[in-house]
Amino acid sequence: MVAVRIIPCLDVKNGKVVKGVQFENLRIAGDPVENASYYCKEGADEIVFLDISATIEGRKTMVEVVKKVADVVFIPFTVGGGISTIKDIEDLLSNGADKVSINTSAVRNPKIIEEGAKRFGSQCIVVAIDGKKIDKDKWEVYIESGKTPTGLDVIEWAKKVEDLGAGEILLTSIDRDGTQEGYDIELTKKVSESVNIPVIASGGAGKLEHLYEAIVEGKASAILLASLLHFRILTIQEIKNYLKSKGIEVRKSE
Amino acid sequence: MVGIVKYNVGNIYSVISAIRYLGKEVILIENLRVLNKIKFLILPGVGHFASGMKYLEETDLRNEIKKWIEKGMPFLGICLGFQLLFEWSEEGNKEGLGILKGKVIKFKDKNLKVPHMGWNRVKILKRENFFENIQDNSYFYFAHSYYVKTNKSLIIGETEYGINFPSVISKENIVGVQFHPEKSGKIGLLFLKNLLEGKWLQ
Repeated sequence: MVAVRIIPCLDVKNGKVVKGVQFENLRIAGDPVENASYYCKEGADEIVFLDISATIEGRKTMVEVVKKVADVVFIPFTVGGGISTIKDIEDLLSNGADKVSINTSAVRNPKIIEEGAKRFGSQCIVVAIDGKKIDKDKWEVYIESGKTPTGLDVIEWAKKVEDLGAGEILLTSIDRDGTQEGYDIELTKKVSESVNIPVIASGGAGKLEHLYEAIVEGKASAILLASLLHFRILTIQEIKNYLKSKGIEVRKSE
Repeated sequence: MVGIVKYNVGNIYSVISAIRYLGKEVILIENLRVLNKIKFLILPGVGHFASGMKYLEETDLRNEIKKWIEKGMPFLGICLGFQLLFEWSEEGNKEGLGILKGKVIKFKDKNLKVPHMGWNRVKILKRENFFENIQDNSYFYFAHSYYVKTNKSLIIGETEYGINFPSVISKENIVGVQFHPEKSGKIGLLFLKNLLEGKWLQ
């Protein structure tokens, strides 16, 4: 069977890796290329770069960084943030990104998912969904780095992006992001059971048990981690050893 | 010099960058005139079967690739580039290059997430030279929704995802892999190095 993926997420602003608590309060934590190489060596299964300022400031994503990363990192990586046209997708993929992650633009113009999947294949179109709990068993889709409510229901939107051709869903709980209180398991499980494409769980991990819950109870195919790794609270090796001891299939670090 | 076929599919840069990392020169094959400069041809690709094949037909790369293989020159097909070697795909209901017998069909198990995305093990059925220093059941990176159904005799390695499907095939001068060696870390680079060194051809 396919191994559960551990994916470090490098939030990038102005070429530097940062991580905000609940999308605010940014902290500098290093160079993207160095970070990516480090995580690759440490046993990361993929890497995600999210240009968190891109959508708000209308800034274009970091094609040059992508190219530099692709020259030294030989594991898959995804780039998100500010992608709004097919041309944006093409620029990133042709410079070495394996996948693009689309969030705000997917909501505003769902056709980008369909066209992107048709042109480049579903496997490189990740739709990022930021969900906020609004009621029991009900989550609303937020866009623009979690600032703007859309009125869309997360579960319905997840099904729709699958129909449109998305190959994966990167699901973030806005309520949990940066809190280290654990993933929103209910949300993860609901989305994962509603679609047939892989779901990457994100937002809220604070300890090893949280990851196990997201995989076993939340049925996530992959785990996205940021501050927990960036500030060395846990290492990928520790995570994989733990998951393996719990009977979950992980790829051995090289 | 290694030739990489440039066509309308995603992420060719990763293949270029991996080959360069291994110290080999790379040339992109967009037209047919440069084929005499190269020693090894790679058909990479992530993307849609029918649209990839259509492009190869329109540019006549189809015939050049066939000729290259018929001449006995070393060839590697990666992911979609591997699937295109076969007769037909369900993806777009389209005929492929038809160099190898077999067809490409979709994963249909309702309990499985599709695409098959991530790191999975390759069980080595025949220890060819290109597996030198690579352990059985090593992890490689996969990203695909369709798999190849072909004769047992061609299958060198297989991978389990609901069913066992061929993840490595080989016939004479042809190697095809369903995974992405250029994205499979150190093991993937070692696999590519072994292939380019060409011991398996002797």
